[in-house]
Amino acid sequence: MIDIIIGMLGSTVRLSIPLIFTALAGLFSERSGIFDIGLEGKMLASAFAAAVVAYYTGSPWLGLLGGIGISIVFSIVHGYASITARGNQIVSGVALNFVAAGLTVVLGNAWFRQGGRTPQLENTARFTGIQLPGADAARDMGFLGKFYSDVISGNNILVYLAFLTVPIVWWVVYKTRFGLRLRAVGENPGAVDTAGISVTWLRYRAVIIAGFLCGFAGTYLSIAQSASFINNMSAGKGYIALAALIFAKWKPVPVMLACLLFGFLDALSNFMQGKSMPFIGEVPVQIFQAMPYILTCVLLAGFIGTARPPKAGGVPYTKER
Amino acid sequence: MSAANTPLPGWVTFFLMPLLNLVTALLISGLVILMIGQNPLEAFGILINGALGSGMGIGFTLFYATNFIFTGLSVAMAYHAGLFNIGSEGQAYVGGLGCALVALALDNYVPWYVTMPFAVLGAALFGAAWAFIPAWLQAKRGSHIVITTIMFNFIGAALMVYLLVHVLKPAGAMSPETRGFLPGGQLPSLNWLMAMFGSRLGPAPLNVSFIIALVMCVGVWFLIWRTKFGYSVRALGLSPSAATYAGIPYARTVILTMLLSGGLAGMMALNVVMGSADRLQVEFVAGAGFVGIAVSLMGRNHPLGIVLAAILFGILYQGGAQVSFMMPQITRDMIVMIQGLVILFAGALEFLYRPALVRVFGRRQMARA
Repeated sequence: MIDIIIGMLGSTVRLSIPLIFTALAGLFSERSGIFDIGLEGKMLASAFAAAVVAYYTGSPWLGLLGGIGISIVFSIVHGYASITARGNQIVSGVALNFVAAGLTVVLGNAWFRQGGRTPQLENTARFTGIQLPGADAARDMGFLGKFYSDVISGNNILVYLAFLTVPIVWWVVYKTRFGLRLRAVGENPGAVDTAGISVTWLRYRAVIIAGFLCGFAGTYLSIAQSASFINNMSAGKGYIALAALIFAKWKPVPVMLACLLFGFLDALSNFMQGKSMPFIGEVPVQIFQAMPYILTCVLLAGFIGTARPPKAGGVPYTKER
Repeated sequence: MSAANTPLPGWVTFFLMPLLNLVTALLISGLVILMIGQNPLEAFGILINGALGSGMGIGFTLFYATNFIFTGLSVAMAYHAGLFNIGSEGQAYVGGLGCALVALALDNYVPWYVTMPFAVLGAALFGAAWAFIPAWLQAKRGSHIVITTIMFNFIGAALMVYLLVHVLKPAGAMSPETRGFLPGGQLPSLNWLMAMFGSRLGPAPLNVSFIIALVMCVGVWFLIWRTKFGYSVRALGLSPSAATYAGIPYARTVILTMLLSGGLAGMMALNVVMGSADRLQVEFVAGAGFVGIAVSLMGRNHPLGIVLAAILFGILYQGGAQVSFMMPQITRDMIVMIQGLVILFAGALEFLYRPALVRVFGRRQMARA
């Protein structure tokens, strides 16, 4: 029983990491007033770039850099469309998801001829698990020991970075001047403009940070969790991250908790596959899969608290003349 | 006068601008084709020829276009009321359940022309039902319709997979799909239409849904521009507060518009489920709901524009399939990417060339005035 619980908690952590990075990315973008449903595409594109760069260089760090780079390029395109060209942010996000889904497979197939897959990576080209000190000794020391050795220890560096990012984001958003302006520009860009601060530049910085964080999420998928890029490997995680962001009401610490909850649902659905419960019988996995979206809708309906999005979200800012 | 407000001749706004956007998207796609060491001109030649060069090609092109007309109308309907329906994908998917249930119930007993009206109704009702909750949440609880419809796409996908795997799959079958429909549940192909132009449809699944789609175009045009309800929809789209002040009931108009939008999306299922696959399959919508967003935007939310834009996307789909067949280096996923670029340039960056066009055409018009 303890082993099952420990196993579940371990996979919860591993499954929630891409959600945490991506949802925090969305947090920056949406707090600045730019809706981002292109999170999925950025995650996918960066997963591909990370796998390709790691394959050719043999270095996971350069892979990470490649993942971040391509994700920021996508972000800048989204920024150009939604900030400079004052286009429709939703449409731009949908478009980038399409581009990423197509481009990754086309390039992957042309370069490696494995139906869009990238070649299997050596362990040295990946982010692999890190044993924390004392993990082996702790394994025999009851539940807490097992928890330390199998849930806290043994993860790759990106897992620890994800949990480190949460307080950093909290600090940036709530304790710095940039964070204050970021929150303000998402609520009332006119006021920020009046104060002599560039709405455009502020929003560009926000979407670039979003790209930066999505790069970590994609890299995690292809060269930390697995050892190659696979077609459509983000598989809707970008949208689950979006749901988590809304569920957490655009706040960093709740974002982490929501991602852990959604990661847990994912782990649970994997675990429950083909198992039957006493009295109920087999629970369809689709219920767990739909749960994040259902919970988010219930929250949006105001039945369990309210989720109020940043007021200026989705509206391009036009300076008055 | 600032560039944003300078009037441009209609043909520039409705024809030249979308054309330039399209050309830009194709240029970038061409660069990607160059990048993987292929000849873009050859690829585009095959694309056009594959889509329009034969009766079969045209048949496939119009078959795909039928999907996009329905989803494009669905997005446009909501858009006129200022609602962004991202959920056409899910509404079409659930609509498939509606028409499949009708087909499964009737195909054994009556000919297709008796089944069809019920199937249209079933598809529209199920699609509308899937739009109802997001509509109600928007109208009564103030939840953002973009977000709730995205969520409902995924909830719908989960629901349909569950139903296909656990409920609708015939006993003993392996793949998650319903049994095949008998001829009473199949929509006949439009061979005679092609024959009229002296051409043959061959195996292309162009079917009666295409005509239903065109009828819906006229219906939507009439509804939006010729009825009182359409007027209130457009008023709401221009300014919800002014419309409410003028006595237009906000909640009722929002919900009704979304029901119509969902119904139109749901009808898309007829074309695939009863017109070509003759069974309900997993993920048969295949992104057509999202393409509808681009179709609606490129067509400037007008039924006529939507038909033209839908045919354009139909050409991309059918021609793209031909390209991947003739040039194996270029996979079918190239279409997905080209679509994405077309959506980006025709949708999100639709006014990219406006300032330049204003410099060329705007002044001329002012001088004339």
